[in-house]
Amino acid sequence: MLELRNIHKYYNPGTVNEMCLFEDFNLTINQGEFVSVVGSNGSGKTSMLNIICGSIPVESGQILIDGKDITRVKEYKRNQKIGRVYQNPSMGTCPSMTILENMSLADNKGRFYGLGRGTNKARIDYYREQLAQLGLGLEDKLHVKVGSLSGGQRQAMALLMSTMTPIEFLILDEHTAALDPKTAELIMELTDKIVKEKNLTTVMVTHNLRYAVEYGNRLIMMHQGHCVMDKAGKEKEDTSIDEILTMFNEISIECGN
Amino acid sequence: MSFAVSILEQGLIYGILALGIYITYKILDFPDLTVDGSFPLGAAVTALMITKGANPYLTLPVAFAAGVAAGICTGLIHVKCKVRDLLSGIIMMTALWTINLRVAGTANVPLFSQKTIFKNDTLDKLVPSGFSAYSTLLIILIIALIVKIILDLYLNTKSGYLLRAVGDNDKLVTAMAKDEGNVKILGLAIANGLCSLAGCIFCQEERVFEISSGTGAMVIGLASVIIGTSIFKKISFVKTTTAVLIGSIIYKACVAIALKNFEPQDMKLITAVLFLVILVLSMERKKKVKKNAGA
Repeated sequence: MLELRNIHKYYNPGTVNEMCLFEDFNLTINQGEFVSVVGSNGSGKTSMLNIICGSIPVESGQILIDGKDITRVKEYKRNQKIGRVYQNPSMGTCPSMTILENMSLADNKGRFYGLGRGTNKARIDYYREQLAQLGLGLEDKLHVKVGSLSGGQRQAMALLMSTMTPIEFLILDEHTAALDPKTAELIMELTDKIVKEKNLTTVMVTHNLRYAVEYGNRLIMMHQGHCVMDKAGKEKEDTSIDEILTMFNEISIECGN
Repeated sequence: MSFAVSILEQGLIYGILALGIYITYKILDFPDLTVDGSFPLGAAVTALMITKGANPYLTLPVAFAAGVAAGICTGLIHVKCKVRDLLSGIIMMTALWTINLRVAGTANVPLFSQKTIFKNDTLDKLVPSGFSAYSTLLIILIIALIVKIILDLYLNTKSGYLLRAVGDNDKLVTAMAKDEGNVKILGLAIANGLCSLAGCIFCQEERVFEISSGTGAMVIGLASVIIGTSIFKKISFVKTTTAVLIGSIIYKACVAIALKNFEPQDMKLITAVLFLVILVLSMERKKKVKKNAGA
């Protein structure tokens, strides 16, 4: 279970440009939930993910995982239990290293990176198998540098790499936004498959309302640092895209844009 | 013949330095000016040890360790004090000038009558007299190859993978639940260790410690890395470390040939012009590649 309690977040504190993003923001995400988060630009979606992962500090409030306070825990330590895929496909892989080296690197996540052989030969067949399920033909290109792959291929690898070791939370930050519609569809299906297989608690920020409705079992709409819509389970299943779109238009009119 | 031997000797010594710069410049993407101080640091430590009568072979690991310490300092300044990469190097380079003087005692320590890794009793017995002109080159070659092979092996370990990842995409290192700052410090430590080792060998080959021997070391190493990597870019079976060593020999050959036609005081100008030409040429190649890719 992941909890955000009374989060206060300001940008540029103490200057004339001070901007309050979160004022007493609360959110609880239960074990096994797949939460889709939608909202206009600047509504705090990505900031929320950054706060969960520890990429940005908060002014006050608590972040808890299974009741344990991790507010002061550094980002890299939190990543032991968190996997994250970014919007930019090149953020999740190493371009100058080969596919095999990238897979080996990810396979060792959370363990000690010592002077042992970088690639465990006994695991190569497993990597091949994992890559084969992507259906992109990457299993035959193990010694190709990741930098020469397409954005979709890289994003698929990033997804695979971030979920390779046992993690509890998967954070998806508009991870299909930079891809063409067909590849985006493929990555979304793959995401759903991995999340179900590994039973991961997932938070997905997306601008694609259809994905938000179709995937996951909870939907949150954010606006100016607040959750203006929060539907889970049966209630979410009964929600249509039109309903969300209407809500979206309402909050946009309030803003005057 | 002795002209070629001296080019190879110098090329391989500076090749070890270039391997260190390859780590910071190519792998870590960190313009590390500490090198200008850690190269003479190795020399200063060596001069001190040799004049005190220590076993010359012991200078190699000690000089390496001294460089590692200097690299760690630069890393700590950059990572913990959040000083920009270039400035962290400059701060350490400046500090090392004094440290080097303190270690060596004076700005100039001759080692002519002392035992070195190239000239000692054991070696005199081992090497046949007809071969003595090449024994220095052979020893340098062996050390350079050992360094190269160990570095190759290291870059293929788990720790080496992490090091290669940090310059490429530091977010990924964080994602692997590792502190990217520590990995950077590790890289700087190894790189400066190698630079200091090169300084140690250089000072024994030249049989003198010179405080100013490090001035421009960064430029020489960087030029070697760029020459090596751009020449062997297309040839995939040549390892980058090999390419860097060869690049260093080519660079030293260019300088030696240029110096034959100029005065020694023209040295720095030749270095600068050569470096500029190499930089521009390697950029030219990149542009062409981009154009072709776009067409």
